[in-house]
Amino acid sequence: MLASLPRSPLLRFAYAAYVALFFVYMALPLAVVAVFAFNDSQFPGLPWEGFTLDWFIGAEQPRLGLINDRRIVAGFFNSAFVAFWVTALSLTVATTTAFLFDRHDFRFKEFAYIMMLAPLVIPGVILGISILVFSSTLAEAVNSLTGYEISALRPGLFLVILGQFSFITTIATLVIAARLRRFDRTLEEAALNLGATPAVVFMTITLPWLRPALFGAGIVAFLISFENFNTTLILNGSNAPLTVTMFDRMREGSTPVLNAVSVTLMVGSGLLGLLGILVQGRGQKS
Amino acid sequence: MDSLAADLECRNLIKRFGAFTAVDDVSFAIPKGSFFSILGPSGCGKTTLLRMMAGFARPDAGDILIKGASVLDTPPNRRPVNLVFQHLALFPMMTVAENIAYGLRRRGTRRAEIARAVAGVLERVGLADAGPKRIDQLSGGQKQRIAIARAMVLDPAVLLLDEPLGALDLKLREHMKIELKQLQHEFGTTFVYITHDQSEAMMMSDRVAVMNAGRFEQVGTPEELYFRPQTAFVAGFVGDANRLRAKVIAADGTGCKLATDQGLTLTAANPRSGAAELGGLFDIFIRPESIAVGVAAQDSTNRLEAVIEDVLFNGAQSRILARLPGGDVIEALLPQSGEAEPLRRGATVALGLGPAAVVSFAAAGA
Amino acid sequence: MREGKLVFWLLFAPFAAWIALLIVIPHIDMLILSLREKVAPRVYETGFRNYADFAATWVYPWTLLRTVVFSIIATVLTFLIGFPVAYYIAKIAQGRTKAALFMLCLLPFWVSEIVRVFGWMLLLRETGLISNALQGLGLTSGPVELLYNDAAILIGLVYTSMLFMIVPLISTIDGMDDALVEAGYDLGGNGWTVMTRIVIPYAMPGIIAGSIVVFMLALGNYLTPTLLGGKSGQWFTAQIYSQFITRFNWELGSAFGFILLATSSALVWLLLRLSGQSLSNTLGR
Repeated sequence: MLASLPRSPLLRFAYAAYVALFFVYMALPLAVVAVFAFNDSQFPGLPWEGFTLDWFIGAEQPRLGLINDRRIVAGFFNSAFVAFWVTALSLTVATTTAFLFDRHDFRFKEFAYIMMLAPLVIPGVILGISILVFSSTLAEAVNSLTGYEISALRPGLFLVILGQFSFITTIATLVIAARLRRFDRTLEEAALNLGATPAVVFMTITLPWLRPALFGAGIVAFLISFENFNTTLILNGSNAPLTVTMFDRMREGSTPVLNAVSVTLMVGSGLLGLLGILVQGRGQKS
Repeated sequence: MDSLAADLECRNLIKRFGAFTAVDDVSFAIPKGSFFSILGPSGCGKTTLLRMMAGFARPDAGDILIKGASVLDTPPNRRPVNLVFQHLALFPMMTVAENIAYGLRRRGTRRAEIARAVAGVLERVGLADAGPKRIDQLSGGQKQRIAIARAMVLDPAVLLLDEPLGALDLKLREHMKIELKQLQHEFGTTFVYITHDQSEAMMMSDRVAVMNAGRFEQVGTPEELYFRPQTAFVAGFVGDANRLRAKVIAADGTGCKLATDQGLTLTAANPRSGAAELGGLFDIFIRPESIAVGVAAQDSTNRLEAVIEDVLFNGAQSRILARLPGGDVIEALLPQSGEAEPLRRGATVALGLGPAAVVSFAAAGA
Repeated sequence: MREGKLVFWLLFAPFAAWIALLIVIPHIDMLILSLREKVAPRVYETGFRNYADFAATWVYPWTLLRTVVFSIIATVLTFLIGFPVAYYIAKIAQGRTKAALFMLCLLPFWVSEIVRVFGWMLLLRETGLISNALQGLGLTSGPVELLYNDAAILIGLVYTSMLFMIVPLISTIDGMDDALVEAGYDLGGNGWTVMTRIVIPYAMPGIIAGSIVVFMLALGNYLTPTLLGGKSGQWFTAQIYSQFITRFNWELGSAFGFILLATSSALVWLLLRLSGQSLSNTLGR
């Protein structure tokens, strides 16, 4: 079946209808969440009671809008803090790792590559508990040897950052390595030939080539970190990131403020995602 | 050749990859301002040789001198040679002007001076207003010229070109051959041109080195290579040739008689290599254009009656495939006159060969 | 040459630190912990009691089995629903439509999973949109509860991992030369044989990559089964969380973790074996 091959109009219509139905399935839950963020009602659902922006900007209980909801605002900043560090760290290590596998041959390279991919086939919850167990072992050991209590090794944002970093780096490495593989290494030789030192070659030729991939990987890392739940839940301490705060609210049953938060996330990550696609697309052309 | 006048000299260069010797004891010197080509089939070691000159590979033995000084310990970014890459390697994320300015900026040349130099070199390659263009906006021939400009703006002692015409289509390639030759004249820089295409090497070069299996078979002007090949490989690789194998059946010191297994007998000049002893096995090379056809064959030393197997029409390059008595088939260029008209498949035609047209070399392994 | 060695070690060190400190050693530590038995307060012995406990309490293996079976069903459903769409985008849609459809596929997934699950809760619950719509159409007489059952879990799982099936499928099918399909027809094939003999074998690396990721996401999921499933809809990950967070029985929790890891690794390995693919040519394209 191809666009160029003749098909019966009925089949063509049925196929297009199926695809359309699929997109309705994809869009419906998000549309519902978004619409009820503006419902003038205590509950996120029917009936429709009229339009309001209270769930975004409401100042008092019971109509507390998200910008005045302390726990949600705190959750947002915790998530942003975690996502920033995860992005910075994973981009750095992903870049060095991509170069390691692209440019160097060493013993057990195949095995090392499989280890690099392993975090993708370990469930997030297990990554979380193994890091929790190990960091506690370390903390206990340090405590019994020196008497110091290293609070960073107890559940909290630091461990959340490490836990997310452990698998997001794999994803970032794959994105960067894919672009590095398509890099024409004679460009580096040409630059050397024109008088550039190896460091200058890297800064003026290789890095600019990788820039779209670095940007794209950065956005992906930030978004995955921001929306991560499984690993975060287990490593999280007293400062809950946004997803954990939302989960608690959802189980309690909440006002449409959750819808408002969701809309904000949709708009924010949608914009970031689009930006990423645009940058990637531009990079592909050059 | 006086090595002091040479821009580039290689002495006994050897490069091995494991058990394989890619470049095997190659020596040559290129005089200032000349166009020098290294011609050979793919895998003959010519690219390895070029990479050693540019500094991307280190020879296992031998020395490379530029303007009389060894550059073996000079890293590629400080060698006074520049390279036009096979696929040009223009930086896709920069404009044309930025590409050309790249080398000058690495030298710390001042901005105003860079701008002047870039404008100057663009003018010389005939693309004065291409500066702000992106690389993907250029045509194949323009990219070619920009790649040359990018290297020439640095005023290198030697410009190395690694089969830069390979990626172009046929028409453009023909055009670029002429243009490259003119550019070299204009800049007056020494060009070292690597290619597997004999017509590129023959048309543009002052001197050509024919390379095979890591060694230089012969170095000379295009005319020397064509008219006086010194090895069987050169005779077969440069120009077209009919190739036969024959035994010496008579020799008198000034020439010899050779006979193929099929029973064709030819009077020939003395072989280029090997002594014409009776029974000696020789490879014969006969150029299609050195065979006289029809009336012109009348006074030839070797006069053969042949049957036309096929006529290969190609304008001025039209040829016939002719079967000689005994069964050997050879190609001959059609004479450029109306006489070609009656030459049809199945017709009988007279072919003539002078002794000098029968070039022979002692057969390898014989 | 010495400079090259230095660069190698500078690149190798962060990689090794990452994999050793955050993946290998923690898992070894977790294995050790899972083999620790509490005999009295602060007194421990080494043994397999935690694993024996797992096997002896019927609800644990049963939950694991249920989780695995449901994850496999979710993976198969995701493939069946997603493949025609991926094929449509890769081979039938043209130009702008194609780009737009592809973007439309991606966009829902830039939103947190928790928001997506929340959307399904709003749709499926007793007072939700679908219940109201059914009543409005007169198909039911009163509110219907569509949430808290196994079907809801499956809907959520398929929805939430759709992207990870569709994107690898699109990229492999898109890379296939149209002429292969045309040749299939030219040589006398019909729609079905061309699909099963040419397109699907060609797309196999993408299918396996998508299946592995979707399966792992389903198996390791917590949000969807917890929020959309009922009391009977316990997921194995929930058992792990409850050992760690509510019961503080880390030893048993670690054993559970290891059992889940072993199960998932074995199934991924089996899938790769059966399909003749490798981890590097599917996930590590």
